[in-house]
Amino acid sequence: MSELLWFFGVAACVKLLLIPSYHSTDFEVHRHWLALTHSLPLSKWYSDETSPWTLDYPPFFAYFERVLSIFANLIDTQIVHLQEGLNYSSDTVVLFQRITVILSDLCLLYGVYRLTKDLDSRRRISIWVLIIWSPMLVIVDHMHFQYNGFLLGLLLMSLSYLEEGRDLMGGFVFAVLLCFKHLFAVAAPVYFVYLLRHYCWGGFVRGFRRLSVLGAVVVAVFAAAYAPFVYHGQIQQVLHRMFPFGRGLCHAYWAPNFWTFYIILDKGLAFFLKKLGFAIQIPAASFTGGLVGDSSPFAILPQITPLTTFTMVLLALSPCLIKAWRDPRPGMITRWVAYAYTCGFLFGWHVHEKASLHFVIPLATVAVQNLDNARHYFLLSIVSCYSLFPLLFEAQEYPIKVLLLLLHSIIMWLAFSAQFTKEETAPIKKKVDQLEKRSSNATAKRGEGFVIGGVEKSYLVGLLAVEIWGQLLHPLLFGDKLSFVPLMLISIYSGLGIMYSWIWQLRWIIRSPNI
Amino acid sequence: MGILRHRGIGWRSPLICHPRNGILTVQAMISATGDLTILPLLPTRVMSMACFSDSSILKQFLFSLLEATSLILVLYFIAVYYAGHSNGRKTDIAWHIAIMLLNPCLVLIDHGHFQYNCISLGLTVAAVAAVLSEKELLACFLFCLGLNHKQMTAYFAPAFFSHLLGKCLRRQNPLLEVSKLGLVVLGTFALVWWPYLHSMEAFLRVLARLAPFERGIFEDYVANFWCTTSVLIKWKKMFATESLKLFSLGATISSCLPSMVQQIWAPSSQGFLYGLLNSAFSFYMFSFQVHEKSILLPLLPATLLALEEPFLLKWITLNALFSMFPLLCRDKLVLPYIALSALFILICHHVPDRRQDRKETRSFNSFMTTFLVFCSVVLHGVYLTMDPPSRYPFLFEAVIMLLCFSQFMFLAFYSNAKQWMLLKHTILMDKEKKLL
Repeated sequence: MSELLWFFGVAACVKLLLIPSYHSTDFEVHRHWLALTHSLPLSKWYSDETSPWTLDYPPFFAYFERVLSIFANLIDTQIVHLQEGLNYSSDTVVLFQRITVILSDLCLLYGVYRLTKDLDSRRRISIWVLIIWSPMLVIVDHMHFQYNGFLLGLLLMSLSYLEEGRDLMGGFVFAVLLCFKHLFAVAAPVYFVYLLRHYCWGGFVRGFRRLSVLGAVVVAVFAAAYAPFVYHGQIQQVLHRMFPFGRGLCHAYWAPNFWTFYIILDKGLAFFLKKLGFAIQIPAASFTGGLVGDSSPFAILPQITPLTTFTMVLLALSPCLIKAWRDPRPGMITRWVAYAYTCGFLFGWHVHEKASLHFVIPLATVAVQNLDNARHYFLLSIVSCYSLFPLLFEAQEYPIKVLLLLLHSIIMWLAFSAQFTKEETAPIKKKVDQLEKRSSNATAKRGEGFVIGGVEKSYLVGLLAVEIWGQLLHPLLFGDKLSFVPLMLISIYSGLGIMYSWIWQLRWIIRSPNI
Repeated sequence: MGILRHRGIGWRSPLICHPRNGILTVQAMISATGDLTILPLLPTRVMSMACFSDSSILKQFLFSLLEATSLILVLYFIAVYYAGHSNGRKTDIAWHIAIMLLNPCLVLIDHGHFQYNCISLGLTVAAVAAVLSEKELLACFLFCLGLNHKQMTAYFAPAFFSHLLGKCLRRQNPLLEVSKLGLVVLGTFALVWWPYLHSMEAFLRVLARLAPFERGIFEDYVANFWCTTSVLIKWKKMFATESLKLFSLGATISSCLPSMVQQIWAPSSQGFLYGLLNSAFSFYMFSFQVHEKSILLPLLPATLLALEEPFLLKWITLNALFSMFPLLCRDKLVLPYIALSALFILICHHVPDRRQDRKETRSFNSFMTTFLVFCSVVLHGVYLTMDPPSRYPFLFEAVIMLLCFSQFMFLAFYSNAKQWMLLKHTILMDKEKKLL
C-alpha cells in the first residue's frame, strides 16, 4: 500500500505543477454547480436557468457538489455565489477545484488497490503505472477539468467485487455509480445478464430470493438518489435535463467512432455521385463546420436517429451478452464491461472523445495478463490518448501533452518488456481460466519478449505523420483555409485504431472457451 | 555460447535457448528494470520545464534544445562515472540520473526565475567526466567554455587546478604536461574573447562588467559568511570596499587551501569530486557579491556524489531550497516549489541503500534532522502568513539565512573532513601495496 501511495504522490506532484494550465468551460460548469447546489433548494436544482451550464448529471453527483460547496464556501464565498460567481476564475477557485480533483483520485487509488490485491508485485506495479500515471486522466481530469477519476474508481471497485465473487456488493456499487453519471449505464446489460446468471441462478426458490434481494438493493440506491425529486414532482424535468437528445449525432469535434466513417462515406458518395451527374440534394447543415445541430442530415445514406444508435449498440453488444449468459465467469467480467463501453463509444449518440477513458482504464487491468493483451493495450492507449489532443489546443500545453504521451509510451514499453522477458507460465489470478494458461505457454515457446508487429509499428508511424501534417505542413501549405482537415484526419486515424481494438476485443470474447 | 543479437530491449539468441533461471535472465531482469527508470526521466525534465513557461512555441523549442545539450553532457558524465564500476546496477544509475536532472533548485531557478545555468553547469559536468576518464585536455577545453559562459563557474577552478596539477606532478615530465594544459586554456580563452581582443580598452570594459565590485560585498539575504555575520559585525559600515575585497580574497583562498593541498598531494577521482564540493562551498561562503542562486554551484558536486553521500545530498538540497524560498516567493513560485520539493523527497525515498555502517549515530542524526525540518516547516508557514514587525522588516529572511548558514557550515566541515579521510585511506592502501 505504501508503494501505491508513492505512485500517487509522484502523480500528485505532477498534477500540482499543472494547476496553472488551461482549463475548459467544464471548469466553469463545475463551479456553477457548486454555486447552484449551495445557494438553491433541492427543488430548484434541475430547473434553474441562471447559466447555460445546467445540471445534467444524476442526483448523487449533485449531492457530491453540495458537499464540496461547503468547503468552497469556507474558503471563498464568491465561488458559491449564484450571480457574482459567474465566470469567476481567480486563483482561489482554480486552486480549490484542482485540489478537489487531485483528492478525489484517492477513490481511483482505492479501486486500483482492490483490483490488484492478489497479483504478484511486477504485474501490480505495471497496472499501477498504467492507471495512476495514465496521461489520459491527467489531460482530461487535471487540465481540461472533469471528475472522471473517482467515477472510474467506483467502476473498478465494482469490478473487483464481482471478480472476487461478491456479486451483491458489485451490483450495489454499480448502481451507486449509475446515480453519479448515467453514461456508465451502457454496461448495464452486461451487469444484468451476468448477475442474473451468476448470482440469481440455481434453483427456483434460491434464485428468486437472490433476485429480489438484488432488486431491492438497486431500487434502494435509486430511491436514495431520486426520491427527493419525485417528492417535489420534478422527475420529468430531471430526466429531461439528464438526456439532452437534441444535440446531434456528433460532437463539434468528432469522436473517433463509427459515425465518423459513416459521415465521411456519405460526403464522399454525395460528391462522387454529383460528379457523375445525379441530382443530389446536399443538406444545408454541415458536419465539417463544427455545428451541433438537432438532427443529422445525410445526403445519400439513411438517416440516423437515437433509436438507430441504440439498436446498433445492442446489436454490437449481443455476442458478449450471449457469452455472458452461457458462461458467467468472474475472470472475464472486466473484459465484458470494457467491451460494452467500447460498443457504446463506437455506436452511441453524441459521444465525446473523453468517453474512451471508460474502456481504456479497465482494460489496463487485463493488459498484463499475456503478450497479446499487452500489445493490444500498447496500441490502444497511445491511440486514445492521441485522440484527446484536440482538447488542449493552446500552444502552451503542446509540449506538455506530447511529453505526457511520450513518457507514458516509454514507461509502458519498459514495463511490458520487463514483464514478458521473464516468460513466466504460472497462473496469475486465483480465478484464472485455461485460456490465459494457454496463451502464456505460447509466449514461453516463442521466447520473444515484448515486440510489436510491423502493422502496428507502421500505424504508430502514421500517427506521427498525422501530427506533423496537422502542426507543420498544413499551416505551411494551406495557411488558415480548410482548418477542419487536421481535426478530421485525427478523428479518422484514431477511429481506425479504435475499430481495430473493438474487433480484437470481440474476437477475444468469442474465442474464449466455454468450460 | 551462441551469438546474441540485440533486438529492441530484450535479447534474443537464434541458436541456443536461454536457461529459464540463472545468470542470463537475472541480468535481463535487472537491465530491464533499470531501463524502466532511466528513459522516462529524460522527457520528465523537459516536461517540468514546459509547465512553467507561458511563451510561444519557438521559445519552448529553444529551451528544449538547450536542455538537450545539457542532458547529453550529463549522460556523458554518468557513462564515465559508472564505466569503472563493473557491478553498477542500472537502478542505481537511473536514480542518479533522476537526482541530477530533477534537482528542484535547478529546475526552479532555470525555468521559474529564469536563467540559463544549465548550460554552464552541463559543461562543468562534462569537464568533470573528461577528468575522470583521463582526458585532461578535453576537460580543460570544456571547463574554459563553461567559465566563459558564466563566470560563476570559477567557483570550481581551484579544484580543477589542484587536481590536474597533482596529476601532472606524478607524470614523467611535469613541465610539459602543465604547459600543454596551459596552452589549451589560453587557446580557448583567445577563441571565445576574439571579438574583444582588438584593444585593451574593450577587454577591460568586458572585465569591469563581469566583476561589478561597486555593488558591495553582499546584497539581500544570502546564507554566506559575510551576510550572516553582518548581523553582529557591520562589515559594510566598518570597512571600505577595497579592504573588504582583500578580506574576502584571503578568506576564500585560505578556506579552499586544505582541499587544494590534498588534491595536489594525492589526486584521486573521489577526492576530486569532494574537492569540487569544497571549493564551491568556500567560494559561496567567503566570496564577494554572492547571490542566493550561487548555491546551485555547491549543489552540483553534491548531486555527482549522490550515491556515496545520500544524506549529504538530501540535506544540502533541502537547505538550498529553503535559502532560496524568499526569492521564489517574490517570483510567485510557491506552488512549483512545494510540488518539486515533494517530488525530490519522494525520489530520495527510493535511494539505493548502500551504506549500512552509520547505525550508531542514527538516533542523534534523525532527532536533529527531524527537529530542524520541523523548524524550517514552521518558518515556511510563518513567512507565508505573518507580517514581520515594522522595526525589523527583514526578520524572517534573517532567521532563514541563519538556519541555512549553520547547516552549510556543518556540511562544509563534513565534506572537508571526508576529503582528508580519503587521503588517510589512500596512504593506508599505498602502505599495503608496498608491503605486498
